[in-house]
Amino acid sequence: MTDISTAQPIDAASAPTSGQRIRAGTQVYMYVSLIIVAAIVVVPLISTALGGFKTLGELRGNPFGLPTEWQWSNYTDIIVSKRYWLQMSNSLIIALLTVFLTLTFGAMAAFCFAHIRFFGADYLVNYFLIGLMFPAATAILPLYIRIRDLGLIDTYWGVVLPQVAFGMGMSIMLFRNYFRNLPSELFDAAFVDGCGYMRFFWHITLPLSRPIIATVGIISFVGSWNSYIVPLIMLNSESRYPWPLGIMIYRGEFSTEWQLVLAFITLTILPTIIAFFLAQKHIIAGLTAGAVKS
Amino acid sequence: MSANAVPSGNTLAVSRRRKRSLANSKWPVLILFLPPALLLFTVLVILPMGEAAWYSFYNWNGYGSPTQWVGWRNYQLIFRNSAFTQALINNGLIVLASLCVQVPLALWLATMISSRIKGALFFRLIFFLPYVLADVAAGMIWRFVYDGDFGLVAGISQMLGVEPPFWLADRDLAIYAILGVVVWKYFGFHMMLFIAGLQAIDKSVLEAADIDGATGFQKFRLVTLPLLGSTVRLSVFFAVVGSLQLFDMIMPLTGGGPSNSTQTMVTFLYNFGVTRMQVGFGSAVGVVLFVICVTLAFSYKRVFMRND
Repeated sequence: MTDISTAQPIDAASAPTSGQRIRAGTQVYMYVSLIIVAAIVVVPLISTALGGFKTLGELRGNPFGLPTEWQWSNYTDIIVSKRYWLQMSNSLIIALLTVFLTLTFGAMAAFCFAHIRFFGADYLVNYFLIGLMFPAATAILPLYIRIRDLGLIDTYWGVVLPQVAFGMGMSIMLFRNYFRNLPSELFDAAFVDGCGYMRFFWHITLPLSRPIIATVGIISFVGSWNSYIVPLIMLNSESRYPWPLGIMIYRGEFSTEWQLVLAFITLTILPTIIAFFLAQKHIIAGLTAGAVKS
Repeated sequence: MSANAVPSGNTLAVSRRRKRSLANSKWPVLILFLPPALLLFTVLVILPMGEAAWYSFYNWNGYGSPTQWVGWRNYQLIFRNSAFTQALINNGLIVLASLCVQVPLALWLATMISSRIKGALFFRLIFFLPYVLADVAAGMIWRFVYDGDFGLVAGISQMLGVEPPFWLADRDLAIYAILGVVVWKYFGFHMMLFIAGLQAIDKSVLEAADIDGATGFQKFRLVTLPLLGSTVRLSVFFAVVGSLQLFDMIMPLTGGGPSNSTQTMVTFLYNFGVTRMQVGFGSAVGVVLFVICVTLAFSYKRVFMRND
């Protein structure tokens, strides 16, 4: 596993690979290529957002351009609808619970693995690492039966607990590597002063662990916010659906009215896009570095 | 375990006191800190996987307890099912697309963004954006793009004055349309891996190449590329793992159709096991998927990522 403390933050702008200036011709070629790729990324997104402002008839004739008459009602009808806010809050509740438990349980277990010697510790770490090797889908039917037997079908917990369980491997891995790389002098000093493990965890380890808490938190939040298969299996009532399930239902209901579906998609991905632009540095670094190190 | 826990005190007294305080606070912490993770992980990850292996030998609808033992029949049915064969082929195609399209594309973009170019941060941001969107949303957006009546493909066809194609409804072409979406969604992530890989390269090696009069392309082929080996292997590894999990994106695009031409292993599990509540059959598919995942993860790490 990579040493987290020596790993560089990912920051493209400050790291030219070559000391030479780029020739003008090369520069033009680069910009043209980058702009073409950027267009392929952005055009579907913008067309989706603009499509939500059109009528179905206009969508047929003019899928790319600006709408001739902006149909604000497509959007406002969704924004004032209960279902949109219900789905958003369902997603948010599930994601926050998932993040909280993934962080708490993961950090606690990882602390034991990083600092305490006990019989079977290495085996136990490897046991958790098994969880990194296969997706939740492989055991989804027995998982459904287990959740049903626990009486958690159609509850938030029925989604949260499996998500936390399948996130445990990642969380423990990242936390353990980080804890082990904290300077060992801290540890020695604390124990000379008679500090126990519990106080060490609360007063020294956790306050020093903000970066890794952010990384694990971002990974598990994004995973939960976007998750589809676990809620799909565990939830029955539409009133508890998170938004990815909501999109599918909405599309099923309004399958003949693409403009409404497009407005709905736009509004549901809007929080993600806003959050991404606000916290892009942390999100990109968290998702990339986190994936590499676990 | 780390050496941190071993005290190296100056005097015997300090060391003894410290040891006692450590030993005293060790067990409460273990008893308090380990069980939540251990319990949750065992009950909801390990046991279900074991149960999948058990259920896979039964014909069971999920109610009561499994009684109808069928031996290896579920497994025989899986490998005789042409939709499953198609799913295996499709999973392979996704890995292939990643190798032949995604990795070169990501590497190419990463070298451009890592060079001294204005707006690099902006492009990096745009390219990474699809990766943070939910697969379901990306799938739905591209269902609109590919729509021959209302979507962007329809618009382009109008401009060119040709009949619009319906790629997602064409059993020979649908999977390639999906491959396009997979690349669109994930190239930004792989590009970030390469950007990180490029940063880790020692600049003095490239400067040495400059002094020796190497051209840009020579530097790339003879210096940068060989040094990026571990990143390429990592990128391919993520593509393989991602391909084996692909489900969310397929559902809004095609749901596995038309006539099973775009099934992946997970959509196959869902369409044939979950929706029909065929717990035995679905569990057997899960076990096959598990064996493939673990074998690939182990052997790939052993063979290709040994030195990374």
